[in-house]
Amino acid sequence: MSKEWPLWEVFIRGQHGMSHRHVGSLHAADAEMAIKNARDVYTRRNEGVSIWVVESTNISASAPSDKGPLYEPSNSKVYRHPTFFDIPDDVGAM
Amino acid sequence: MEINDALFQFATRLGDNTLILGHRVSEWCGHAPVIEEDIALANTALDLIGQTQFWLGLAAEIEGTAKTADDLAFLRDAWDYRNFLLVEVPNGDFGQTLMRQFLFDAWQSIHLPRLIASSDARVSAIAEKASKEVAYHVERSASTVVGLGDGTQESHDRMQAALTYLWPYVGEIFDTDDVDDTLAKAGIAVHPQSLKDEYYALVNRVLKDATLRVPDDMFAHKGGRSGKRHTEHLGHILVEMQWLQRAYPGSTW
Repeated sequence: MSKEWPLWEVFIRGQHGMSHRHVGSLHAADAEMAIKNARDVYTRRNEGVSIWVVESTNISASAPSDKGPLYEPSNSKVYRHPTFFDIPDDVGAM
Repeated sequence: MEINDALFQFATRLGDNTLILGHRVSEWCGHAPVIEEDIALANTALDLIGQTQFWLGLAAEIEGTAKTADDLAFLRDAWDYRNFLLVEVPNGDFGQTLMRQFLFDAWQSIHLPRLIASSDARVSAIAEKASKEVAYHVERSASTVVGLGDGTQESHDRMQAALTYLWPYVGEIFDTDDVDDTLAKAGIAVHPQSLKDEYYALVNRVLKDATLRVPDDMFAHKGGRSGKRHTEHLGHILVEMQWLQRAYPGSTW
C-alpha cells in the first residue's frame, strides 16, 4: 500500500455564473479532506464560491501523440470560425 | 467588581488564548507532515492572531492608557498573561497539536456564537466575525482527530497519548471567578459553566468517533486564566515571541 495520499484535481468557481476552472492539484486521504485542503490552499485570497475535487486517476486524458489526427484536421477549416459576418458596432462585445 | 475591570480581564483572557495558541500553531510553519496541512495550520494561526488583535485591541481601549494591542502582546511578562494552560503546552507531535486544537476549537465554537448576544456591541461584533472562522477550525480539527484516532494502530496510539496528556488541561476552561460572575450578570459575557454540558457532549461525540477513550480523571491544572501559575512553557514562548521588541523597542518594519 502506498504511503502517499491520492492526488486530487481541484476546480474552483470564482463567482456565480462562471464555470469551475482547474486551479491545481493536491494530496488528501478522501474527498472531504480534499475539499478542506482545497479551501485552505486555493481559496485563502477569497478566490472562490464553489469547489469541486476529483481524484486524478478518474480523469481520462487524450494522448499527446494523437495530436495530429485529433487536432490537425480542423486547421484547414476556417469556415468553422464565425469570422465572415460583419457585426454592427452598436452590438458591443460579443 | 467594576464592569470595566472585569471586561479588561475578559478581553485579555480571550486575546491571550488566541495569541499564545496562534504562536504555538505558527511553530509548525514549514514543518508540517504534508504541505496541505502546513498551509491549513498557517491559516488557522493567522485567524487566531487576527482574533487576538481584536480582543487585545479591546483590552487596550478599556484600559484607557496609550497602550495598543501590540504593547499588550509584546511587552507583558508571563505573570500578566491570562490564557488557559492548555494553549501554552508544547506542540508535541502533529497529532498532539491537532488534539489540542480540537479541544480549544470545540470551546470556541460553542462560546463565540453565544457571545454574539452580548450587551456590549464591541464584544458582539468580535464574536460574530470570529465565530465564522472558528466554525471552520473545529470542522477541520475534529475530522483530523477522527481520521487519526480511527486510523492506523500507530496514529490511534499517538492520539490516545495526546488525549491523556492534554485532558488535565481541559477543566480550566470552566473555572470561574468574579470576572465571569460580574460579566454574566451584566449580560456582557456568557458564564463559562453554562457552556460545560454542550462542550463535553461535542468533545465526547468526536472522541467516540475517533475510537478514543476519554480519561475518567477530571483533575484539572489551573492558574492560567487567573494568572496565578502558568506552566514553565509560557516563558519560553514569550522569549521567542517578544525578543525583537525587547531588543529593539518600538521597531517596526
